[in-house]
Parts: sequence; C-alpha cells; structure tokens
Amino acid sequence: MATQTATLDREKLLDWYYQIVLIRHFENKCDELYREKRITGVYLHLYSGHEAVGVGALAALTLDDHVITAYRDHGIALARGMDPKVAMAEMMGKRTGSSGGKGGSMHLAQRDLNFWGGYAIVGGHLPLATGIALKVRYMEEDAVVLCFIGDGATNNGYFHEALNMSAVWDLPVVWLIENNLVGMGTRVEDSSGQPELSKRAIAYGMKNGGRIDGQNVIEVYHAVSDAVKYAKKRGPVLLEALTYRFRGHGVSDRSYDVRDDLVSELKVWQERDPILVLRSHLVEQFEGVESELEKRDQEAAAIVEAAVKFAEESPAPTFEDLIANVYVGRRYDE
Amino acid sequence: MSERNQPMREALRMALREEMSRDERVFVMGLEVGQWQGTHRVTRGLLEEFGARRVRDTPISEMAIAGAAVGAAMAGLRPVAEIMTINFAFLALDAIVNHAAKIHYMFGGQFTVPLVIRAATGWGNQATATHSHTPEPIFAHFPGLFVGCPSNATDAKGMLKAAIRDENPVLFTEFIALYSKPAPVPDDPDFVLPIGKADIKRAGKDVTIVTFGRGVEWSLNAAEALAKDGVQCEVVDMRWLRPLDIATVIASFKKTNRCVVVEECLPMYSFGSEIAAQIQEKAFDYMDAPVKRVSAMDVPLPYAAEIELMALPNTQKVIDAVKEVL
Ligand SMILES: Cc1ncc(C[n+]2csc(CCOP(=O)(O)OP(=O)(O)O)c2C)c(N)n1
Repeated sequence: MATQTATLDREKLLDWYYQIVLIRHFENKCDELYREKRITGVYLHLYSGHEAVGVGALAALTLDDHVITAYRDHGIALARGMDPKVAMAEMMGKRTGSSGGKGGSMHLAQRDLNFWGGYAIVGGHLPLATGIALKVRYMEEDAVVLCFIGDGATNNGYFHEALNMSAVWDLPVVWLIENNLVGMGTRVEDSSGQPELSKRAIAYGMKNGGRIDGQNVIEVYHAVSDAVKYAKKRGPVLLEALTYRFRGHGVSDRSYDVRDDLVSELKVWQERDPILVLRSHLVEQFEGVESELEKRDQEAAAIVEAAVKFAEESPAPTFEDLIANVYVGRRYDE
Repeated sequence: MSERNQPMREALRMALREEMSRDERVFVMGLEVGQWQGTHRVTRGLLEEFGARRVRDTPISEMAIAGAAVGAAMAGLRPVAEIMTINFAFLALDAIVNHAAKIHYMFGGQFTVPLVIRAATGWGNQATATHSHTPEPIFAHFPGLFVGCPSNATDAKGMLKAAIRDENPVLFTEFIALYSKPAPVPDDPDFVLPIGKADIKRAGKDVTIVTFGRGVEWSLNAAEALAKDGVQCEVVDMRWLRPLDIATVIASFKKTNRCVVVEECLPMYSFGSEIAAQIQEKAFDYMDAPVKRVSAMDVPLPYAAEIELMALPNTQKVIDAVKEVL
C-alpha cells in the first residue's frame, strides 16, 4: 500500500512540476516575444516566481469549483487547464485566443473551466467572487470560489466590501492573497497599516487561514485544501501566501536593471524558486527522478514553442469582431 | 524670461515645482508619485526636492485619494492628487462628483475645495476596454467641477498652474500620447493661462474644427492637408470642457458657417453632442451644413491592435468629415 501511495504522489508531484515549468517557460517566452515586438501593447505582467501559489491552489479544486484573479493571470489560466495555444494566441491578439483577441494578457478567461477571468482594475474582481459564491449557496451547489488577490488590492474599497459581504452571508470563498511584498513600486509596509495581511480576516469575523509559504507548492496545496473544506461547509477563509515576482511589475518595469537593493532581494528569493523547492523535494523523495524532471521540462518547452507557432499562424480579428459582443443579441449600432 | 522646448511631462513638472515653491500648502499625492518617480514620470524628482511631507505615496485607494484631497482642500491645503490613469477615477467618482463638485454649493458657500485631480487619459496602445477610456465628458457633466485638458506642453504648464491657483476643484487630464511631445515652454513662474478660455490654434475661414487634447493634433494635420486643396480650417482648441468657452466657438462659426467636432471620446452624450447642440441653439441662422462629429466608435476598445485602430479617430477621418460639410 505504502508504495502505491508513493507512486501516486510521485505522479501528482511530477504533474505539478510540469505545470510550474510550463508556466515559467510560457512567461519567459512572453517576455522574449514582447522584446521582439511579436507581442505588443503596454501591459504584460508575468507570473514568474508565483507559480507554486497558482499550481498548488488550483490542485486543491475540482472543475466544479470557480476561479477568478487579477491581471497577473497567465499562470492561473494555464494551471486551470487553458490550452497554452489559446493563451498565447490571446497574448498576440488573435482570433483564436481565449477572448478572441479582445481581452489580451490581462483578460484571459475560459467559461468551461469555471475560470471567470483576469481583471485589470485592482480589486474589481473581488465582489464578482462574492457574487459567484452567492450563486453557489443560492443554488445549494457543492463548490467553492477561489479568488486570488494582490497584496496591493487589499487597500481599496472593493476588498473591504467584498470580504465583509462574503462573511455576512457565509459564502464559500477562499480569498487567497498573493503577497509578493510590493504593488508596482510600493512596499506592503508602506501601504498597509497591518502588513500581516491575513490578519484582516479578524476584522470581518472571517476564518483566518494564516500565512503560508507561497514558494512551496505542497504547502500551498494543503493549506488551500483545508480552506476549501472549511469554506464549503461554513464560510469564507482568508489566506496569505508569501511569494515574490521575479520579473518586475510588468515587462516595461526596468527597476531590476537599475536598483541594487532589488537585485539582492531577488537573489535571495531565487534561492527559493518554486521550481528549485519542488525539484529538491522530488529528488530527495524519489530516487532517479532527475531524468523524469528533465523530460517534463523539455515537454513544457516544446508545448510553448508549439503555442507560439499556433498563435503566429492564427488570423487577426476583423471589423466584425470589433463590433461583436457589445450587446447580447443585438448589433452595436441598433 | 525665456522659453525652451520641453516635453509635456516636463512642462507639467515645472508647473508643479513652481507652485510647490510658491505656496507651501500645495502638495502632491497619489499612487507611485514619489519613490517610483511617477508612473508617467511627471513627478520625477519631486520627492527628493520637496520631501515626503509634500510628495506622498498612497496605497491603491482611489476613493480615499480623491476624498482625502477634498477634505484637505476644505481644511486649507491645496492638494494636487494624481489618479494614475483616468480609468481608476471611476473608483473615485463619488468623492469627485458628490463631494468635490458639490460641497461649496451645498453648504451655502461656507467651504471651498481648491483641489486639482490630475489623471492620465486616452485610448490606444492596446490597453484594452477597462484601461482605454477618454471620459472627460462624464466629469464635465457636473456643475461645480472644472475640467481641463491641455493639447500641448505650453498649454499644459499654464493651465495646470491656473488650476492649482484657482479656488474651485479641477479635474485635469493629460493625454498619455502627448507626454513625450515637446513644445516651447516659458520659464516665467507666473505664466498662467486663464481657466475656461479656448485657443485658436489655426485661423481659417471655411470650416471651424472644434476639439481638445489629442484631437488638436489630428485637426491641425487635417487642416494642413486640406490647405493644399485650398480649404482653410480654423482649429479651436477648447482647452477646458468646463467652463466651456462657447463664445469663441460661436464667433468662429459665424465666420465659417460650418463645423466639425473632433474628440477621442465616445460619441453618445459627449463633447461633440454638446458643441453641436449649442451651435444650433446659438447660431442656427448661420448654419450652412449639419455639424459633423468625429468621435471614437461606439464600442468598448479591444486588445488586438488591428481592430483597436479601426475604432479610433485619426487625421484621415477628420479630413473626410471636413469634406462632408463643405
Ligand atoms: C483601481 C486601480 N488602481 C490602479 C491600478 C494600476 N495598477 C495596476 S497593477 C497595480 C499594483 C497592484 O499590486 P498588487 O495588487 O500587489 O498585485 P501584483 O502586481 O503585485 O500582482 C496598480 C497600482 C489599477 N489597475 N487599478
């Protein structure tokens, strides 16, 4: 029996490893394509460094559960199961993208995965999570809403109003703060009176899930699994995962090129790269796993290359797409 | 006194520095205005020069940025609050509309709210639906609040200084597309352009083009092109959506009898609608053609560059509109 469990775990962990490196390859590729102007626009926020949070948290859900996040959404989309081709096509504004090229990097979404999207107005998606959870309770469904929140997003009214309402109505929401220490250039200590963000739960009479290590996918998985159980039965939970963005706020943020203090901080966090953390765990646990890891890594890289090819060969949207979807069942100019 | 070619962001910074030096009560606050040196680099260096008392980084709390600016202004300070982009001013709409614009009136003149809210504005660059608004008309809808929007670096300096010195609340929007464009900027610390005064950017006798902000560039380019065909356009840069210098528009219209309004805004209930309505009210007998509007298309903006550009006004669309009213 023991060996069987170990085999199962091995497969699961290898799958997580695959997802994490897939996201990393995808993000590195996005960065490269942006620099080559094959991805254009002004907003492209990479998930590099955060991967263990997204992958661990989503591993705790089923497809009946719901997911919603902010604009740093590529990793969440992929971990939820979006086809990298479709995600990459959206980056390039193609018709084959998840939003038909109309949403871009910040607005990935996939209805049939209950992935309700990335949202670019800081905090704006939080009340949507409350509303989706309301539907779950209202219809007496057995599901939970997982809502990712940036540390910076804890300071506007959306946060307060959405969390409070979810508590008053005992809604099944796991509020998961991805605390990467900074929102654009502002440190959490400079923007939050209470910088231990999970403590905000107390103010709402909500379950405080505490602070967890966002670089460790296994720890994230367990913490979110517990929170999911609690939320389904009783009501909302607030969790805070400590993590770090490896590539600056967005691709145009060059502060890591010029600020030595940030470079030293990054170095410290890179020692706790979610890929390294999981890799050393796997190597310790399972003899001879290295070749397996190498294989997953190559697979992921190939998938990303194929995604780029697909995206580049896809058609751009047309005027008909520009005017479609303004209303349901009605032309934009009727 | 002299003048030097400066990009609009530098002109705006000059205005801020001069006003902060002149009046201790003037201070700056907003997201990333200090340590990050300003999202659009307008406030670069101000933290080092004036210190953290007067250059205040805020949390991502637009409602409180605008609301605290109202309170500080009522109490006697002169806040210049920055909302990173106008899209985020929707989160602050209540503080702006219900408080900044109303408090002087509602309390019978007891309080004044001498604040400026600066915000970057404009469409383009695939910023996508939520980040692509040019919503000045929404704010100009409300009495009690002035709305200014410069079209070049020169005006930006003089208008921002006027806004800071005025006793009324001002929403001041700055086109992102214009931040890097240079124009001659006077270094005179008392170079102040009057609030609510339009400016004729090009004189002409055949068609009046009424516009503001980024529309001025398209209009001037169109006028230049049309001049080659012998059509003389008069380009009126409104500068302020409120107070609205309709007298300048009417005077021009009485000369040309034809008008095209150019705006980057959405077409419905807009700047163009307002100008067209006022022209037919005030100069009906002088009309030789219907007023033509060049606006953005009546759709949200998509991400994909190809179709985004289709939705936006440009020089060619202005030229076509002028030809239609001739
Ligand atoms: C309401 C609003 N204000 C400002 C912005 C501009 N902005 C985009 S991302 C960001 C920082 C958000 O930081 P955080 O929530 O910590 O998320 P992170 O980028 O670290 O993932 C800001 C200020 C915005 N998009 N929406």
